[in-house]
Amino acid sequence: MSSEKISLLKLTVNNHPGVMAHVCGLFARRAYNLEGVMVRPIAGSSRQRSRMWLLVNEEDRLQQLIRQTEKLVDVISVEQQELEGSIFEQTEAFFA
Amino acid sequence: MTDSAINIENQPLTRYTGSQLLIKLLERQGVTHVSGVPGGANLPIYDALTGSGIEHVLARHEQGAGFIAQGMARASGKAQVCFASSGPGATNLVTAVADARMDSVPLIAITGQVPQNMIGTDAFQEIDTFGLMLPITKHNWMVRSAEELLEVIPRAFEIALSGRPGPVSVDIPKDVQKETIELEYLPEPGRRGDNPLFESHLVASMLEKIKNAKKPILMIGGGIGYADAASELVKFAEQLDLPAVQTLMGLGILPHDHPLSLGMLGMHGAPYTNLVLEECDLVVGLGVRFDDRATGKVTEFCPQAEIVHVDIDHSEIDKIMRSSLSIRADVGEVLEMANGMLVPLTRPIWRKRVEQLKTNYPLILEGEDELFRPYGAIKAVASLLDDSVSVTTDVGQHQMWVAQAYPFDRAGQWISSGGLGTMGFGLPAAIGMALVQPERKVICFSGDGSFLMNIQELATAAEHDLDIKIIILNNRHLGLVRQQQSLFYNRNLSAVKFQQNVDYALTATAMGMKGVDLSTATNPLQELKSALLEPGPCVINLPINETEMVFPMVAPGGANREMIYGEGA
Repeated sequence: MSSEKISLLKLTVNNHPGVMAHVCGLFARRAYNLEGVMVRPIAGSSRQRSRMWLLVNEEDRLQQLIRQTEKLVDVISVEQQELEGSIFEQTEAFFA
Repeated sequence: MTDSAINIENQPLTRYTGSQLLIKLLERQGVTHVSGVPGGANLPIYDALTGSGIEHVLARHEQGAGFIAQGMARASGKAQVCFASSGPGATNLVTAVADARMDSVPLIAITGQVPQNMIGTDAFQEIDTFGLMLPITKHNWMVRSAEELLEVIPRAFEIALSGRPGPVSVDIPKDVQKETIELEYLPEPGRRGDNPLFESHLVASMLEKIKNAKKPILMIGGGIGYADAASELVKFAEQLDLPAVQTLMGLGILPHDHPLSLGMLGMHGAPYTNLVLEECDLVVGLGVRFDDRATGKVTEFCPQAEIVHVDIDHSEIDKIMRSSLSIRADVGEVLEMANGMLVPLTRPIWRKRVEQLKTNYPLILEGEDELFRPYGAIKAVASLLDDSVSVTTDVGQHQMWVAQAYPFDRAGQWISSGGLGTMGFGLPAAIGMALVQPERKVICFSGDGSFLMNIQELATAAEHDLDIKIIILNNRHLGLVRQQQSLFYNRNLSAVKFQQNVDYALTATAMGMKGVDLSTATNPLQELKSALLEPGPCVINLPINETEMVFPMVAPGGANREMIYGEGA
């Protein structure tokens, strides 16, 4: 996970059926490399919103990937975050 | 009783079924026509449709229904609706929905679904419509209650029309269609949302770049048509003396004989058009997406040029061509602002060079004076009509011949399946166009290969007695495949000849409309003229030789400068 090419994206999305399919479908059909997904409802949002953490391996196409993701109707925001200390680092032991 | 969204006390409750509510919401959206095919899983919707003011156009195949709605949407600029049942009804719609996605057409596909308690059981005519439509729509829903329709239907129109337009799909299980709901008031119809904001200094920078360029070119595309900005574009080009190349989707935005028009670029563009792009030092892309049929080999597209890109879809910016300046905005708003800011100028040296290329490397339309040659047929049809007619095409050689040779004079004059390249588009799209533009004659240029792919819709056209003329440039082959096999596969003609010929004039008669076969006519030009000019639907068979090719041609994946020419060139 130390690779320079890996980016971490923090998505806020609507929490209803089909949202995961919309996000993962986009990545599949545009052949974006998705290395990890973590998703749960956002605490205190009355289960209206979910937080989705995506680990992507798309150095050259990252801007393009973010813009395509932002176009999804159920995606409220997309932010790029530091990998250090992220949920993926903290849970590495579960994927050993 | 009132439909108003204003909440008045003691408002009486109105009882709707999900289907009645759907129809009511469509009426409130201003929908006048819906194309479709009924079936088991959308019976309640069709039950609710009777008595509505919406005119239903019964297609003979759901793909036909989808393209009829597309024709209506492309011609009107409004979102248009098609209906299909579950299972095969939905799968048959898929091609028309995918086509709408590629060409940014606001199409609303509403499908029936098996009842929710049967979903996941492999019920009769059950298919995962949500999953099928997901990758080919801007957004899609499966509606889980009648109440959800109140949000989903206006949203469907809003999303289809906003920003870069595109299709949406709404899948409605049969139990939701039958569920009853009591409502005090109905939601406001969905409308196109606000365009993205942009900063005026970006427009100033664009104008600065244009001013400083020595050899600038405009590249104009379908986005200008969707933004209804053709007149702003003409003004912009004229004030800044900018020659303009057009994409397939942009043809007609500049009248064909406008001095600044350089016609279509790319795979079948005129030699001078592609050569001008070799020399230019600035390309201003307006409402274009740099499709591979336009750019050829991307790394060699406009090798000398800097790119300025204006598009409403953020994800198109820098997707294919890296721009030195980009404006994410409605291209019409950008042009309007630019026209208010610009200082007119002329560029005699560059214009002279462009004219020189035009003279030295012209588009040669071989056989344009002969009726039974492709360009001759297209020119003959155009000469018998004025620019009030609308044109559709199918996909293949005839489509490219029309794009090269038909004298388009207004935005929206022609519609064609650009991105997806769907054979079978032409006839149902012409039906849709004729339904929303009853005052216009619609000419559908087709080939025998394409025409056979949705030929069943002849019955639909006859039923509505629409003023549609279908001209089949009939070479008894899949012509564009034959052409590629001839040029790139060592003339190994594999599976491109139709061994069984079809009598299209007779087929037309059998389907309830006039059919004319010019191959047996004593005075073919006269017969063509009378067939075109009299009102009503008609199929005109016009035989051409299978060895005819579309030239010039850039090999798929090749650079646009490497054009293959015909023997006559």
